This record gives sequence, structure tokens and C-alpha cells, in this order.
Amino acid sequence: MVTPLSEARRARRIAERVPDPELPMLTLADLGVLRDVEITPDGTVVASLTPTYSGCPAMAEMRATVAARLTAAGYARVAVRTVLDPPWTTDWITPAGRRKLAEHGIAPPGPAPRPGPGPLPLLLSPTRRAVPCPRCDSADTEETARFGATSCRALWRCRACREPFEYVREI
Amino acid sequence: MSDDHVYLSLAEEHDDGDARWAFGTGFEDPLHGVDPAVPAGVDRADLAARCLALGDDALVSAQRLAEWTTRAPELEEEMALANIGLDLLGQARLLYTRCGQVDGTGRGEDAYAYLRDPGGFRNVRLAELPNGDFAFSVVRLLVLASWRLAHFERLTADPDPVLAAVAAKGVKELAYHRQWAAEWVVRLGDGTDESHARTQAALDRAAPYLGELFAAYDVRADVLAVLGQVTDAAGLRLPPAPPLPGHGRDGGHTEHLAPLLDELQSLARAHPGATW
Repeated sequence: MVTPLSEARRARRIAERVPDPELPMLTLADLGVLRDVEITPDGTVVASLTPTYSGCPAMAEMRATVAARLTAAGYARVAVRTVLDPPWTTDWITPAGRRKLAEHGIAPPGPAPRPGPGPLPLLLSPTRRAVPCPRCDSADTEETARFGATSCRALWRCRACREPFEYVREI
Repeated sequence: MSDDHVYLSLAEEHDDGDARWAFGTGFEDPLHGVDPAVPAGVDRADLAARCLALGDDALVSAQRLAEWTTRAPELEEEMALANIGLDLLGQARLLYTRCGQVDGTGRGEDAYAYLRDPGGFRNVRLAELPNGDFAFSVVRLLVLASWRLAHFERLTADPDPVLAAVAAKGVKELAYHRQWAAEWVVRLGDGTDESHARTQAALDRAAPYLGELFAAYDVRADVLAVLGQVTDAAGLRLPPAPPLPGHGRDGGHTEHLAPLLDELQSLARAHPGATW
């Protein structure tokens, strides 16, 4: 007998495995953007997604893929809803997701900043967190550009192994 | 999606019958599935007006930033400008969509972006000024990002939960925009005689437009503290300047907004209802 709980787990597993369109080595679960999957009393599977950035162009793609996969798995009624609050943070990237990023040559984010009360301070001093090289693990690295191919990535290079790498910056 | 042929898989026919090329289509409601209810006691017309003004600031800024594409001094900085514009465009889409939910018209985001004349726009005039040189663009971005960030920090406590959530998300983005712009202003101000002179000229040009920003939101002290921090580090000076008469928030604009909108809206106006 199929219980609603195990059915919700099955639906969750299907949604969790959808790859991120821009970082395809990560699943939506790895990225931490799949907030919830539940089955309502009328049998609708409701998957909740949160955008990484306000302008994330991959959001519509994620939504469509989650809906298509759930539909293909036999769920007749599927809804994908957007959750804005609380806002996504790179802290929600799972340990598995961080490992996969590093394996693909992308430095995973450090802990997200936790602002105190009052206005967010502007720091102009050059001292920033050292980002270890994802290839050789050297701490002798430097930022080359604050923005990379997507909003969530910056460009860095390693002075030890001389390789450039991308870095998922923490927010 | 097949990983083997990424271009083919992006263009493939999906089960929903929607052929997609990369991310160029499927611009559905960015608030899809978010509870549209307006809390009791919130003035809907006021909320709509506030969302519209903030959406207009973001859309016009995003359009100016996008104009740098293929023209920026370096590829890396072009990507920064484009990514900042993309964040702001995302904020505009959310704010327009919220506006359409609460202003009683039921309009979608496109109606606000593409089907209004310049007089209907409520953006501050600093956002619509032409890009000028790179110095003016980064000075303007520093001012607007600092101002919007200070206001968004307050909006995270707004009685409207959707606007508060849009602001909470935007705060993280705007802090990064401000950081990028501040570092460039310091680099240029503390750079060569030429870069210093141009960046000082950019501050002189922006200064008369600041009064309008502070008339819109009570964030003067926070913004001036940040600008002072940056100009001190850069060896620059924000000159006192009497505010220009008129307000973009009232629909009063410079002659520069109409050509910007002509370009932005040309396709949507020439082909009503077009999708691609």
C-alpha cells in the first residue's frame, strides 16, 4: 500500500534530482533551491522553489523541468510555486553540492556574511577571505574579476598552479 | 535534458509544448505561486505606486547598464555591468508583477515595461542620464546602489510581505553592486590625473540629482556616509549642489528618457503580443 508520506518522498526524490541549468553538476537539492515538496489532500504535487538571484534567468527553466519530470513520473496534478522568503543563501548549498563544485574546478562558497543591526557596512580594505584553489588547494590565490559567467560566480586565479578558476561567491 | 548536446537539448520540444532556446522564452510570472494577498490595513494604491517607482528605477538602470555590452573597457567589467543590470531587471520584474497584483488593473510586467509612455515612468532622473564615460557610469551606479540599498534595508520590514521579500533578496545583490562600483571609484579617483579628473567631473555631474533621491526616501545620512567614505578613499569630493527643480517620481523627466524607452519598447510596440 502506498501511503501519502512515501508518495511525497518519491515526488521529492524526483524533483531533487533535476539538474541546475547553469551549474549542471549540481542538482536542485544540492543547490538548496528546492524548499519543499508536498502532496495536497486533492492529490496535487506542490514543489516549492526559491530563486538564487532576482534576475536568475534559469528560474523558468528549473520550474518547467521540475513540472515535466513530475508529470512524466505519473503525477497528474503538479504545481511549482515560487518562495521568496527567506531569501536564498549559499549556506544552503549542501556538502555534496560543495564537493561536486570543487570536483568540477569551481571553488565553493565560504560561510555567508551575517550582517549585524544597522546599515550594511562598505569595506574598502583589500583584505578578503582567501579562497583555496579547487585544483591544488593552495591558498595563494587572487581575484581577477568580481563577476563571472553568472551573477553567482567570480573569477579567480591560483598563483601556485597558475590555473584560473571560478568561485561561487557567498551571499 | 541531455548533457551530450547542450544546444540541442536547450532547443528541444518539451512536454509542455513550449520550445525553448536557452532562456529566451518562458517569461512567466516571476511571482508564480506566491500568495498575492495584500495584508489588511495596507493601502493598495500606495503600495502599487511604491512598487512601480522602484521597478522603474531598476528597469531604466538595467537598460543603461545593458548599453555597455560590447562597449566596456574590458570583458570582465562588461560582464560585471551586464550581471548588475540583470539583477536589477529581475528586481523590476518582481516589482512590476506585484504592482499589477495590487493596483486593480491585473496588468502583467510587460505592460509596465513596454506599454507606458515616458510621462508614466516614475524613475529618478539620475537613472536615465546617458552613460557618458566609464567614470560617470560607475559613479552613478555607486550613488544609486547605495541609495537603493539603504531604502531596501528599511523595506525588509515593510507591512507587505511580497515587497519585504523582494527587498530582502535585493539587499544582498545591491551590496555587491555597491562594492564593485565603490572599488572602481576609488581606483579611478586614486589613479592617473586623467581618471581622477574624469571621476571628479562625474561626481560634479551627479551631484544636482541627489536632492531628488533624498526627497523620495529618508536615507540621506546613510547614503552620504557611504559616499563620503568612498570619496575620502579616492581623493575626490562630492560638491554641494542645489537640487534641480522637478521630480522623476512625478513623471518629470529629462530629454534622455524618451529615446531610451523608444529602443527598449520598439519590438514590443511594433509587434504587439510577440513571443520568441
